[in-house]
Amino acid sequence: MSANIKINIAGENALIIYFSGHTSSEISTRVQHAEQFIRHAMKDELLIDIIDLVPSYASVMVMFNLTTTDHHKVRNKLRALLYNLDEDAQIVNNVEQFSLIELPVYYALESGPDLTAIAKRAKISIKDVIEIHQAQEYRVYAIGFAPGFAYLGDVDERIAFPRLSTPRMKVPKGAVAIADKQTAIYPNVSPGGWNIIGLCPIDMFDATSTPTMPVKVGDKVKFKSISKDEYIYLGGELPLSLEPVI
Amino acid sequence: MSLSLGFLVKRPGMLSLIQDAGRFGAFNVGLTNGGPIDSAAFQWANRLCVNELNATAIEISLGGLALIAQLDTTIAVTGANMPLTINGQIKELWRSHHVKTGDVIKLGFATQGVRSYLAVAGGFTIPESFGSTSTVCREGIGGLSGEKLKGGDILPCASKYRATNLILIERLRPRFSKEAILRTIPSYQQQHFSSQQQRLFFSSEYTVSKSFDRMGYRLEGKKILCDIDGILSEGICHGAVQIPPDGQPIVLMNDRQTIGGYPKIGAVSSIDTAKLGQLNQGCKVRFEPISMEQAHNIFHLNLSSFNRTELTVCD
Repeated sequence: MSANIKINIAGENALIIYFSGHTSSEISTRVQHAEQFIRHAMKDELLIDIIDLVPSYASVMVMFNLTTTDHHKVRNKLRALLYNLDEDAQIVNNVEQFSLIELPVYYALESGPDLTAIAKRAKISIKDVIEIHQAQEYRVYAIGFAPGFAYLGDVDERIAFPRLSTPRMKVPKGAVAIADKQTAIYPNVSPGGWNIIGLCPIDMFDATSTPTMPVKVGDKVKFKSISKDEYIYLGGELPLSLEPVI
Repeated sequence: MSLSLGFLVKRPGMLSLIQDAGRFGAFNVGLTNGGPIDSAAFQWANRLCVNELNATAIEISLGGLALIAQLDTTIAVTGANMPLTINGQIKELWRSHHVKTGDVIKLGFATQGVRSYLAVAGGFTIPESFGSTSTVCREGIGGLSGEKLKGGDILPCASKYRATNLILIERLRPRFSKEAILRTIPSYQQQHFSSQQQRLFFSSEYTVSKSFDRMGYRLEGKKILCDIDGILSEGICHGAVQIPPDGQPIVLMNDRQTIGGYPKIGAVSSIDTAKLGQLNQGCKVRFEPISMEQAHNIFHLNLSSFNRTELTVCD
C-alpha cells in the first residue's frame, strides 16, 4: 500500500480516501493523480461500479453502486489501483496536463467592499492588498459547495482574513473573495461569508458550454487587475449596492 | 401529435419538482445529485405506470398541485397521503388511473408524510442536463428551466394509455408516521467525538426543526460536542450527519453541497433518509448505530423485497 493513504468508510455507498490531514501542493498533486487514475479505470470498466468522485484538498470521496458491488470489492480495487501511485504517476503519460489561467479582476472600493478592512488589519495600503493578491499563482485545490465554485490557495498570510462573523445574504456573481488562506470567485449570486475584494467578469460556470468551467482541479490561476471600463467591456455588471459588513 | 402536449400546470403547489433517479458524475464541477427524496415511492409510481424505474416524474412536497391533461394517458401517485382527485372524484393512491384530455388532476395537502410522486406512462419527456432531468433549484439545473414548477408550465409526455390499471395492495404499502429510527453507520470524523458524546448522540431523541428541505434536515436536541472545530473540506455523501459548532445535527440529503468542512459523525442509510424525508417540523427521530455490513444487508433485503413484490391488476 502506498504510504499515507487511508481508505475509510463515508456512508452506505461511499468510501473516502485520505492522503493527509493537511493541505499542500504535493498532497494536492497526489489527489489529482489518484482522481485521474480512478476516472481512467472507470472508463475501462475496471471500476464500472464507481458512480461518482469528489476530489478535495487531501481526499477523494468515491461513491459506488450498491446494487452491483460492496465496499470490500471497491476498497480492494482502489488499493490495487493506487498501490504505486507516485511511481505510476511519473511513468504513465495519460496524466492530464494542467494550465495557467489568467482571470481579470476589477479591484476597487465599489467592487471590493472588504478591501478597507483587510488593509486596515494588515496595516498596509489598499493598493498593497491588491498587489499581494495579484502577485501569487494560486492552485485550484477543489471544486464544490456550489456549481463552479473553485477553492484557490494559498493566499499570502498578510491578506489571509477570516470569514465574516455574519455572512452576507447576497454576494454578487463574480465576487472575488478571501477566507483565510483561500480565495475564490462566486460563480453566481449566493449567500456567503467570504471577504469581497473585487469582481471578475468571466463566467465561472456555464451549463451550456463545454467545458462548463474555465478551470479544473490542479490548474493554476493568476489574477490581473483591470479598469472599470475593461470590466464593463468584458461583460461585467456592477451590483446595485455592496455595503461593507461591519 | 405535437411533441409539446402533456400536462398543463394549473397550480404548482408548495414545491413540485421534476425528478428522475438523480444526477451522477458531475461532482467535479460542483453539481449535487438531486433525485427523489423517497426513492422507493418514486420507483413504485414508475412501476405502477409500467415505466423504467428512473423515468422522469414529479415530486410534490406538502401538496397543492393541480394539472390539466392535454392527452389520454395513465398516471399513478404514490408517497405521502395527499388526497388525489380526478375531475373532483376522489381516487386511490398507490394505483394507476386512466386520464383523458381535459381531465383535472388535483392533489390536496398531505395528512401523513411530506412527499408524493406523480408518474405518467412513459415518463415526462424533459431534456437532460448533465445526464439527468432532476431539478436542483439552488443550482438552477434540471427540470424545465432549473426551477420548481409554476403555473402555465407544460410538462410534455407521450400519450400512452395502458390497457389495464395496476395497484399495490394496501398491506404492502409503506406506512408514514411522525417518528423514525435512523440507522446510521459511524464514519468520517467519528473518532473526534468522545465515546460519551457518541453514546449521547445514539441515545437521545431529536426533533425535526423548521429548517428541513431537500438540502438537509436540521435537528434539535442534545448538543453533541466534537474535539475539533472544522476539518479540511471534503466530499459529503448522501445521509452524512454533520455536527456544526452549535452541536445540533444536520442530516444531509439529495441537494446537499458536494463538499464541506464541518465534522461528521456518520451517515444515515438510504432507506432511513427516505423515511426522514417524509417527516416535517416537530417529528421525532433517533439514531441507531449499525455496521457497514448491516447497512448493506438492509439495503439488499429491501431491494429483493421490492423486486419480489408483485403489483395486482385492478381494472
